[in-house]
Amino acid sequence: MTASKTKPVTILRVWAIVFLFIALKAVGNLSLAWGMKHFPQVMSANPIPYIEAMFNPFVALGVLALILALLTRMALLSLADLSYVLPVTAIGYVIAAFMGKTFLSETVSGQRWLGTVLIFVGAALVGSTSHSTTSVQIE
Amino acid sequence: MKWILVTVMVLATVLSDLLQSFEMKRAGEQSVGARGLMRLLGEIARRRFLILAIGCMAVSFFSFMALVQTEPLSFAVPASAASFVLETVLAKLVLRERISARRAAGALIVLCGVVLVGG
Repeated sequence: MTASKTKPVTILRVWAIVFLFIALKAVGNLSLAWGMKHFPQVMSANPIPYIEAMFNPFVALGVLALILALLTRMALLSLADLSYVLPVTAIGYVIAAFMGKTFLSETVSGQRWLGTVLIFVGAALVGSTSHSTTSVQIE
Repeated sequence: MKWILVTVMVLATVLSDLLQSFEMKRAGEQSVGARGLMRLLGEIARRRFLILAIGCMAVSFFSFMALVQTEPLSFAVPASAASFVLETVLAKLVLRERISARRAAGALIVLCGVVLVGG
């Protein structure tokens, strides 16, 4: 089933879930990054600081939002094909760069923007072909 | 150090995906109702590769946590897309899938993007 073949109400629902997923992922990544950058201990191979970091409110909010994003993506996959979900959610890479620049005052060079846009285009291409790899080609 | 974390994150993600895909195909079709979820939890507890897949997912997430602590978010998230490249290569080599020209081109474009983002 693809979103384009379903009833208008379902298409609206699919887009609402797509929007929710992208928003949860963006907020989750931002909150996690903010919390981790303000966490005093530097991470290493020792697992204890990772557990301690989970108790930081921003890290906890980030983890919660990312878990909700994962569940939202599962719900999305029950309504639409992966070949539809992967390309429409690939915009998340561009949004992450935008969030970093806007809220974390990161310097995003022209080269990094170009790289991010290429990743978005490439991920959309990889995703949009996932169901065609099993088709038989007629010579 | 950042490339070590990216490598660990990507390898753990890909390994987790491969193990999940392999074990869930052996476990058969699952439903998402209350009974289906209980059955799924039972499958996870019984199947070693699924537990290993969850372990890999945790390693991937902890690597991402360490990465965003020292590196910009505008690097960490796009860099995680390198998993597309490795998954495409492994789909060809391990799973013997037929990779379309479009998918190969997509993976190559992602690779160029990751190199540019990291440069």
